[in-house]
This record gives sequence, structure tokens and C-alpha cells, in this order.
Amino acid sequence: MNKLRNFLANEANHSFLIPIIAIALGFLAGSVIMIFSGLNPIDLFTSFIRAVTGINLPNLFTAGSAFNARYFGEFFVYSIPLILTGLSVSFAFRTGLFNIGGEGQVMIGALAASYAGLMLSLPPVIFPVVVLLAGATGGAFWGFIPGILKAKFRVHEVVVTIMLNYTALYVSNYYIRALPESSSTRTADLPARATLQSDFLSSITNNSRLHWGFLVVIVCAVLFYFIINKTTFGYELKSVGFNPLASEYAGMKVQRNAALSMTIAGALSGLAGAILVVGTFGYGRVLGSFENYGFDGIAVALVGGSTALGSVLAGLLFGGLKASQTIMQISRIPRDIAIIIIAIIIVFVAMKYPIKQALIKLKVEEGEQ
Amino acid sequence: MRKNLWILLVVALLSMVLVLTGCNGDDNGNDVANGEDFFVGLVTDTGGIDDQSFNQGTWEGIQEFADEYGAETNYLQSEADADYVPNLSSFADDEVDLIVAPGFLFEDAIGQVADNFPNQNFLLIDAVVERDNIVSAIFAEEQGSFLVGVAAALTAQEAGEDTVGYIGGVDFELIQKFEAGFEAGVWAVDPDMNVLVEYVGDFSDPSTGRSIASIMFDDGAYVIYHAAGGSGNGMINEAMERRGDGEDVWAIGVDRDQYEDGIYDGENSAILTSMMKRVDVAAYEVSVMTYEGNFPGGDIIEFDLENEGVSLPEENPNLSDDILAEVQSYIDQIVSGEIEVPTLPSRLQ
Repeated sequence: MNKLRNFLANEANHSFLIPIIAIALGFLAGSVIMIFSGLNPIDLFTSFIRAVTGINLPNLFTAGSAFNARYFGEFFVYSIPLILTGLSVSFAFRTGLFNIGGEGQVMIGALAASYAGLMLSLPPVIFPVVVLLAGATGGAFWGFIPGILKAKFRVHEVVVTIMLNYTALYVSNYYIRALPESSSTRTADLPARATLQSDFLSSITNNSRLHWGFLVVIVCAVLFYFIINKTTFGYELKSVGFNPLASEYAGMKVQRNAALSMTIAGALSGLAGAILVVGTFGYGRVLGSFENYGFDGIAVALVGGSTALGSVLAGLLFGGLKASQTIMQISRIPRDIAIIIIAIIIVFVAMKYPIKQALIKLKVEEGEQ
Repeated sequence: MRKNLWILLVVALLSMVLVLTGCNGDDNGNDVANGEDFFVGLVTDTGGIDDQSFNQGTWEGIQEFADEYGAETNYLQSEADADYVPNLSSFADDEVDLIVAPGFLFEDAIGQVADNFPNQNFLLIDAVVERDNIVSAIFAEEQGSFLVGVAAALTAQEAGEDTVGYIGGVDFELIQKFEAGFEAGVWAVDPDMNVLVEYVGDFSDPSTGRSIASIMFDDGAYVIYHAAGGSGNGMINEAMERRGDGEDVWAIGVDRDQYEDGIYDGENSAILTSMMKRVDVAAYEVSVMTYEGNFPGGDIIEFDLENEGVSLPEENPNLSDDILAEVQSYIDQIVSGEIEVPTLPSRLQ
């Protein structure tokens, strides 16, 4: 018991304990809300498990189908863009910048990827890579604008990125419609060899939309970790995030680093947009409003503690919650409950200091034994 | 310190109890279609179930069917485009008897899912996707528009006016059907009447809709008909304000009875009449067919005046009995095939 208490109280363990506790509290609060609404909270957990693993627990010992790999595949389809926008927000946050513009960067990334996919003609394997790079470049450009404005003129990046989200919505809608053969809602289908869609992945997951985009996520997460933790550039970025004045005094180029950080963050969000085009849909879309990939990325980064691995795990959690909304609605749980649970988890993560304090209090004091 | 731990334990226990008592509640809702009850599932587009339009209308039709035949129903709301495929597939996984998707936004997703689930029955409303397990329901918007055109022309004649107007949302094939029917109806009454035609270029831009309407009214239009969704509300507002100021102008609503939307002084409405597009009738009729074992897979069903898929509202307080009688005679002529309403506007012929 004392060992457990010391383990909980040890601050070295808090980086992963706090998110886990916050998530548990979020689910607990969600269960309580469900009970008060006259719903069965068990459905919340079975829905989540079914969405993430494809295993339908209530059917495990009955005649109904107990396993459907399609849900597992769709879970990844939902998670992939969220992880990327989470990494994007995390990267900027490491330099002390708030990237509220993930939304716009996703859209410009999707626009650039649509143009590359429909206007170019390249051999397989190279083609999707070029399309992805086009998307990353588009997003990077959209991140570079607030970055350079911040660096040169000290314009606050939050204001610029929020406004650029709206700009991106209308710019991308206009240019998507302007593509040849575009209808009022979408572009023509991208050529199959330009996409990441895969009959193989689809067939092993019972016709889900699973695509090769998860490889991109792995590469990005590894690169993120490497840049932040193993390079001088990453060290400078972190240093600027901790204390820009001290960093400047130490001879670092604070302004240049801020601009670069936003550009890289934009590239990550742009990749998310490109993957929506070449992975999930296979065509570019005209959007009526924001789809919240960028905004959800903020939550992912917050829960993930702005680290590479944390963002991946948090992205999987949020992807799972999103994917379970459908199953919850099938079980007649309103989708609002899932949204409430996500919100509560974020609130608890934001309250990490009270949780930390509570944990530290558990420490076994000498002589108490 | 120990005290804190106890509190933690009690809280944990309490929550466990809460969770467990919850278990004894109702059964697990997972067995949606247990093979006995007929089950209709609706997947909404991103507009949501209470959009006062497509999704809501379709859901009302399904509800009406469920009340009459004792069927079970459920709906899945789509939050983003990416939800269409998983939502349709989830109903298909549960072997729901009929899966309904309203609106052309589902065109891509429903084809994909229908291929993956060849044994499931799908209904697509307002668009056509040809598969053996999809029924496409489309509407003869030109016929309903013809009727409101007749009503507009007769009302203008009574007032001694010679101009009416039409405002479309976006200039593409589906919306052109409204224009074609309307002008044909107007000219059936009086071939010399002017029909002003404008497109907003957007379905959700009421301010542009309003300024177009203002110009049209200034140019002498006595009645304006819109097929412009939210943009049309701007036109209705303009008509309401002008009527409020004592000017004699009218607006014609679309898709559902917009009479209530046009009330400007507490009791009188600026809405002359509305062209109703009965998505609820489509959802109801196809549900009944499927229930009776006659799912018309692969068919394209057109809902028109004959099966009341398009119609005028039952109550038309702003139309005189003479005009209503005349409109009825046109209904008979269209249903009997005596009049064939064009689907292409004259400017494109």
C-alpha cells in the first residue's frame, strides 16, 4: 500500500498518471451523467470497446456477431488526422506558441493535395508521396504567415491563426470548385494511384476505409520526437518556449525559431488535410463549415502533454470517442454524451494542478508507517 | 493522510455501486434489429435531425410510418462528411430493414456502403444512385413549381400587374427544374407576363437574397418565388417588410409550407402559397413498400402531383377560391398528362 502511495506521489510518474486519472474521471463523470439521464453507463464502455477493438461484448456469448474488424479500421481512420493536428499544436506549443489555426492549415493542406492529385500524373508510390508533400507545403505556408507576422511585427499568433481559419475555409472552397470537373460540393475522384487507399487494408478490416495514412503518422511522431529531443534546433525551440528572453540572451534566434515552429506545425496540420483527401475520401471537398480537426488537435495536444507519444495516445483516445459516437447512437445514447465526456476529460486535464496536489499528498511521510 | 485515502476509497466504491445499479436498468440496446420488428434507420447529413428541412421531414415520414405499422426506428446524426460511411455501415451491420439517407450529399457514401452490404436495403432521397439494393426517390419539382406559377400569374392578373420573379439558389440542373416549372405555369395563364430570373449563387446567403428581391420588387415584380433555401429567407423578409409598409407584394415559399415564416404583423403572412416537396411522403411510401415485402430495389421513384410528392399546402389563406379552383384544374390536366411541364428553363432551350 505504501509502495503504491509513493508511486502515485512520485512526480516523475505524474506525466502519465495525471492524464490517465483525468480520463478516468471523465468517464466516471460521463457515467454519472448517463445515470441521471436514465441511460445505462455500461453502454458507454461497451460502445467504446466496440469502436476501438471491434469486439461486441454483449454479443460475446450470444448468437450475434461478436467481432467486426471494420470498427477497428474506422477507429484508425478517425484517429489519424487527430493525431497529426495534435502533433501540430504540440509542436507550436513547445515553442510557446498557440496554434489555433490547425483548422485552416488542414483545409489548405487538403486544397494543395487535391490540386497535386488532380493536376499531376506520376508513377505509383511516388505520386501519393508528392501529393502528401504538397499538402504539407500548403499547410506550412498557412502556418508560416502567422509565424512571420509574429517574428517581424509581434502580431499575436492567436488572432492571426483564428482569422486565417475563415480565410482558408473560403479560399479552399473557391479553388476546389474551380478545379476542372468539380461539382458544387466536391472535386472529381483522384486517380487511384495518387491515393493511400488500399484494397488490402480494406479487405483485412471487413471493408473499412483504413488506408496507409497510419504510416505517415508513425513517421511524423518519430520525426517530432527526434527534432524536439535530439537536435540543437529542437533544444532551441524548447528553450524559446520556456523563456524567450533568456534564450535571446543566450544568443538564440528567437524570432526565426518562432516562425519556423509555426511553419512546421502548419506542415503537420497540412498533412492531416492531405490525408483526408488521399486517404479517407479520395477526393477534395467543398466545406460548409469547420470540421474541428484543428480544434480537436488542441485538446489532443493538451491531453498528450505536448509530447510525440502523448499526442499519438491522446489522438487514439479522441478518435475512439469519435468512432464510438455512432455505436452509442445505435444503442440510443445521444451523441451529446460523447461530446460531454470529451469536454469533461479536457476540463480535468486542464485541472492538472489540483490532481497533482492530491497525488503529492498521498506521499508516505517518514514515521507514519 | 489515512483519512484522504478512505475518502478516495468511499468515492470509488460509491461510483462502482452507481455503475452497477445502472446495469439493472434497461436491456442492452445493441440488438437493434432482432428479426421480429421491422426497423427503419435514418442517417442524417450534417444538418442534423432538427434542420426544419430535409432531415426533419424525412424523420417525420419515418415516424408516421412507425406509428401506423408499429415499426422500430432510430437515427444516426452525422457530424462531418467522414461520418456518412461509418453511420450507414453501422445500420447495415445491425441488419436494419431499411436504411434511409436524405440528400445528394450521400451520393458517394451510399454507393460505397451498398456495394459492401448487398443484402441491405437503402433509400436515397433527392438523388439517383443506381444499385440493385438502392431505391432513389426524386421529385417532380417542376410540377409543383408550375402550380405556384399559375397561382402567381392569376394573383398578379387580379391586381393588374404584369411581372413576377424567381430567385434560385445555385444555377444547376436540380434548381433549374423549379425555374422551368414556374415560368411554364406563369405563361400557361398569361403568355405575355414577364418573369424575372436571378440566382443567388449560394443557399445560405439571406442578405444577397434580400438585395436581389429588393431590386426585383423595384423592377415591378408583384410575386417572387424562391428555390434558394436559406438565401430565400432574405426575399421573404423583404416581402414582409414591404407588406408591413403597405406595399402590395407577395412571396412564394418552397420545400415546406412557409406561411408561418412570413407573418409580419402578428396574423397576416406575406407568403402567398408554398411549393411543398414532401420528403416525408417519400420516406413513408418506401417504408410501407419495404414493410410489405415489395422493396423496389434499383428503381427510381418519382414523386409528383399524382402521388402528392409535390403539392400546395392544404390551407392557402392568401389565395382566393377562384384561383384555387383554377389551380385544381391545372393539377388535373398535369396528372392526366394533358399538360407536360418542361424541366429545362426557356433561357437554356
